[in-house]
Amino acid sequence: MEILGAVTPARCSPVDGNYCLTCGSDKTLKLWNPLRGMLLRTYSGHGYEVLDAAGSFDNSSLCSGGGDKAVVLWDVASGQVVRKFRGHAGKVNTVQFNEEATVILSGSIDSSIRCWDCRSRRPEPVQTLDEARDGISSVKVSDHEVLAGSVDGRVRRYDLRMGQLFSDYVGSPITCTCFSRDGQCTLVSSLDSTLRLLDKDTGELLGEYTGHKNWEYKLDCCLSERDTHVVSCSEDGKVFFWDLVEGALALALPVGPGVVQSLAYHPTEPCLLTAMGGSVQCWREEAYEAEGGTG
Amino acid sequence: MAALDSDSDEDLVSYGTGLEPLEEGERPKKPIPLQDQTVRDEKGRYKRFHGAFSGGFSAGYFNTVGSKEGWTPSSFVSSRQNRADRSVLGPEDFMDEEDLSEFGIAPKAIVTTDDFASKTKDRIREKARQLAAATAPIPGATLLDDLITPTKLSVGFELLRKMGWKEGQGIGPRVKRRPRRQKPDPGVKIYGCALPPGGSEGSEVEEDDDYLPENVTFAPKDVTPVDFTPKDNVHGLAYKGLDPHQALFGTSGEHFNLFSGGPEGANNLLGDIGVNKGRKLGISGQAFGVGALEEEDDDIYATETLSKYDTVLKDEEPGDGLYGWTAPRQYKSQKETEKDLRYVGRILDGFSLASKPLSSKKIYPPPELPRDYRPVHYFRPVVAATSENSHLLQVLSESAGKPVHDHGTHSRHQLNASKRGELLGETPTQGATTSVLEFLSQKDKERLKEMKQATELKAAQLKARSLAQSASSSRPQPSPPDVGHRSWHMVLSAGTAATRASDFKPFAKDPEKQKRYEAFLVNMKRGQRDALERCLDPSMTEWERGRERDEFARAAVLYASSHSTLSSRFTHAKEEDDSEQVEVPRDQENDVNDKQSAVKMKMFGKLTRDTFEWHPDKLLCKRFNVPDPYPDSTLVGLPRVKRDKYSVFNFLTIPETASSPAAQASSEKVPQRQGSDKSRKPSRWDTSKQEKKEDSISEFLSLARSKVGPPKQESGPSVNEEEEHVTESLPDKVVNKGVDSQTEGEGSRPSMDLFKAIFASSSDEKSSSSEDEQGDSEDDQEGTREADFQNSRETDLVETSPVAQATEPAPQEPAPFFPIQKMQVDAEEFGPRLPPVFCPNARQKPEVPQKEKHKKNKEKHKTKKEHRRKKEKKKKHRKHKHKSKQKSRKSEKSSSSESTDSSDSESEGEGTADLSPQELLRRLKHLPLRRQ
Repeated sequence: MEILGAVTPARCSPVDGNYCLTCGSDKTLKLWNPLRGMLLRTYSGHGYEVLDAAGSFDNSSLCSGGGDKAVVLWDVASGQVVRKFRGHAGKVNTVQFNEEATVILSGSIDSSIRCWDCRSRRPEPVQTLDEARDGISSVKVSDHEVLAGSVDGRVRRYDLRMGQLFSDYVGSPITCTCFSRDGQCTLVSSLDSTLRLLDKDTGELLGEYTGHKNWEYKLDCCLSERDTHVVSCSEDGKVFFWDLVEGALALALPVGPGVVQSLAYHPTEPCLLTAMGGSVQCWREEAYEAEGGTG
Repeated sequence: MAALDSDSDEDLVSYGTGLEPLEEGERPKKPIPLQDQTVRDEKGRYKRFHGAFSGGFSAGYFNTVGSKEGWTPSSFVSSRQNRADRSVLGPEDFMDEEDLSEFGIAPKAIVTTDDFASKTKDRIREKARQLAAATAPIPGATLLDDLITPTKLSVGFELLRKMGWKEGQGIGPRVKRRPRRQKPDPGVKIYGCALPPGGSEGSEVEEDDDYLPENVTFAPKDVTPVDFTPKDNVHGLAYKGLDPHQALFGTSGEHFNLFSGGPEGANNLLGDIGVNKGRKLGISGQAFGVGALEEEDDDIYATETLSKYDTVLKDEEPGDGLYGWTAPRQYKSQKETEKDLRYVGRILDGFSLASKPLSSKKIYPPPELPRDYRPVHYFRPVVAATSENSHLLQVLSESAGKPVHDHGTHSRHQLNASKRGELLGETPTQGATTSVLEFLSQKDKERLKEMKQATELKAAQLKARSLAQSASSSRPQPSPPDVGHRSWHMVLSAGTAATRASDFKPFAKDPEKQKRYEAFLVNMKRGQRDALERCLDPSMTEWERGRERDEFARAAVLYASSHSTLSSRFTHAKEEDDSEQVEVPRDQENDVNDKQSAVKMKMFGKLTRDTFEWHPDKLLCKRFNVPDPYPDSTLVGLPRVKRDKYSVFNFLTIPETASSPAAQASSEKVPQRQGSDKSRKPSRWDTSKQEKKEDSISEFLSLARSKVGPPKQESGPSVNEEEEHVTESLPDKVVNKGVDSQTEGEGSRPSMDLFKAIFASSSDEKSSSSEDEQGDSEDDQEGTREADFQNSRETDLVETSPVAQATEPAPQEPAPFFPIQKMQVDAEEFGPRLPPVFCPNARQKPEVPQKEKHKKNKEKHKTKKEHRRKKEKKKKHRKHKHKSKQKSRKSEKSSSSESTDSSDSESEGEGTADLSPQELLRRLKHLPLRRQ
């Protein structure tokens, strides 16, 4: 998969993992079949580089945000822009659908998260979460929570059901946050080259994972499909796997010479997508080598 | 049941269908569950329920017809044999069996029908029935109805009865009835269509009215609403046949009026029927003659003569009911109010009719015209206003009844320049058309004006001022405001925008001044040239007056011209400037220092967590399918409170926490720790926890100190602590100079970048150059710079975001400084950088900042670059592995690098073995030179 310009994130479609979404500095969004490396569709309409994209649960729509401060809702089939939400004062670092794809949450370097309503024609956001003191680097959404990591070194979790905001101080600028698949923990990676597994309810530290390099870039991290391993990008061209419970480094997968910028894990299968430079690679188990392998 | 069990018991009566007898060994049947119960018609067909609005249950054959073949055909019967049997088809012939069943639309079983429902004494229906009976061929045929009384009454009737109401009475409080003096004059007609109360059943009551005892109250009379009988004949309007009772029985031998009002007549008719009911049942509806069934025909002609009828339509006598509402005034009788009352009906409680009529509007007649008024306009001859015919003009205008000076104002088109000048008070020009002023020099003009102004002002002041103030007024006037005076005066009086300026209140804060300003504007609009002098406060000093004059002039010009354009560009402030309070979030994340230490100790949990009440938007909850946690609140986001607007603590959270007692305590701890460090200084491998938590500021200071060289005595207490380390190692300093610089060049270069970023350019260059030359005798300048550095460093620490603070604990490791550095270099970028554009073909690592960093060395060390970088990487990796150890070691090393230089170089052996110290020194020297 050669892509012109840098690929920022590689994303698996959230439910079935059959599609791969890449976006980059060529102002487009590309939809791939990751198994065959086939380009399915290109979505163009952004004015600057696209920094993040996400797909809806039913694979019917995409959202993306980029340097043009706009959040765009796409129709997958037609490739058309359904809506453009403007309102952010800075680059949009991260976008995310909620569970039913009725709301798009976008985090920007203007230190706000905006909730855009996909249902109505309202041009302004439903709500703006501007508690962060610095840019938002990561937003994740569960069925009733919004998890946001900010450069001010805090992970904020907005619980809609309880109506409360939990703010955990980590200290170092947060690069990526994610929920564990069981919804009990949050994984936080920060610029001190450390990943931390925090208990969602109490904020206690459950595990710490070090060994990779993350000093300056916004790199992704995630958990494997069964929460057994913690996976993180690294600036030395590797992808690090830690055992979740023991915290021991399980594998340092050499990807290439550059910085592994982004990764995504298949929701159900042991399959990993990594983005480095202008290419996306798909990794599978050795037993699966017949079809997968490095793409 | 009992009946079924015992056949012998014949007396018992059984109702309903009995259950089938239980057989032996059989379990009792379970009742059919609700969902299995179905509705079937009598043929066993399943009836589907269609819903209440679509016809109830299904019927017929699939909702169509009676059977599969269609309507059930009636078998053919020859009409020849049973012609007589042919019957007329009724509605029942087209009905289904269901319709004829008990709950159908035409049940056969005996039920009370509507006819028996509540007809007892319903006056209206009764009346209608009586009317029908009266007009029917056989009068009184409906009498049977009165004999049969149904028992069914509505609830309302029942309730009313229980409350003591009787049929035939009205509803309401009991009233006292005054006996009527006389029966209403039959000649007096009631106009209009509304019936007077009690008019309908008046006949019965009126007869009882003869005797009315005192202190007896009566139920109010029942009110019978108007019954509108549709007109279904071709008679003229309000025509009715002769009243047969009157005609036949001669109850009133008076004149019959064919055209009399209908309702009244009808009522009388009905009432009379009630009276005469028992006596005679006569023929009705006949105008002339007597019916064949009439027995008594003898007195017909005695009472009924044609002479009683009108044969010619003519004007009626006054008081006749021909005119209705539009009857002329004199036709209405004196009992007008009474009639009004009758028309209005019963007067409500607490109200009474007005005794005085409404006062009619007074109409003023138009003014009377003078007798010699001619409605023709006379145009005066137009005379050009020149100097020759001014006399003529004056005469003309005087003839028009107007003063001369008015002339100029309303015929301004006829003015020439000189006239206008005259009006404006300029010195009139004589003779030639060109102004004399033009020949004067600018100076002279000014002097002229000045003099004039001065005299004018003096005159005004003398009039108004007190003696003491007038003394001061005799001073010569300052000229500058007066020069401008004329110019803006002209501008304003010419421009129409001056009117708009009055909307503006430039001096709203000072109402007195504003008043003066407004007066000034008004005067200006009138064209008075001494507008300003008039409106100024006479009690002010000269200087104030001058200033105010200036202000007013400027304000008038400014606001007149620009206020509309300016106002379109501004919006109102969100918060009023006057209000002392501002809304800020109620809860704030604070105690960054505490949290930082907690993070360092890895004590996540309560210490690092803040919990706030947060209100999600209602719509957001809806979209997330989550119930609103705060359904009653309209708040969105974090709750906010009002605080003092200008309180620093609203906005500066970090300085606030820095001054918090916890932080103070921690800063107090620092010297102690360092003291203990000093005591056991020699072991650099010591990895005590205390050292790990060493204050970042002191770390930086020591780092800077080791670079700068021998310390000075001027720094604060924490620095003094450091000095002891350094002074101890001072003898070694010169010897280990090379090695020292080598370690710096290799190990701690990124921190130099940091300093460069902090100190911009000037001081950095100097320090590095002096460092290179290594003047052992440091001058005082160095020392002051040191102090400067410390100060700025401290302020920097306060000001930089948590990012900087968080990465400080490991100052010697190269990478963490990149974010800080970048944030300071290009302030646009917040947060972690995005990965750079990577070119897969290039073999080099495309890390931009590193490239920048090493650019300086590029030319000389191209060949070594790859090698070195690889090593650096390796080293970094190693560092990560032993991170905790390394960190503490490094920090110690930085504080006491001079004393342990030899071992230091050994420890660094892995990284620096390949590079000779000379090489590194040379590189380092080269670095600042190129920059300079």
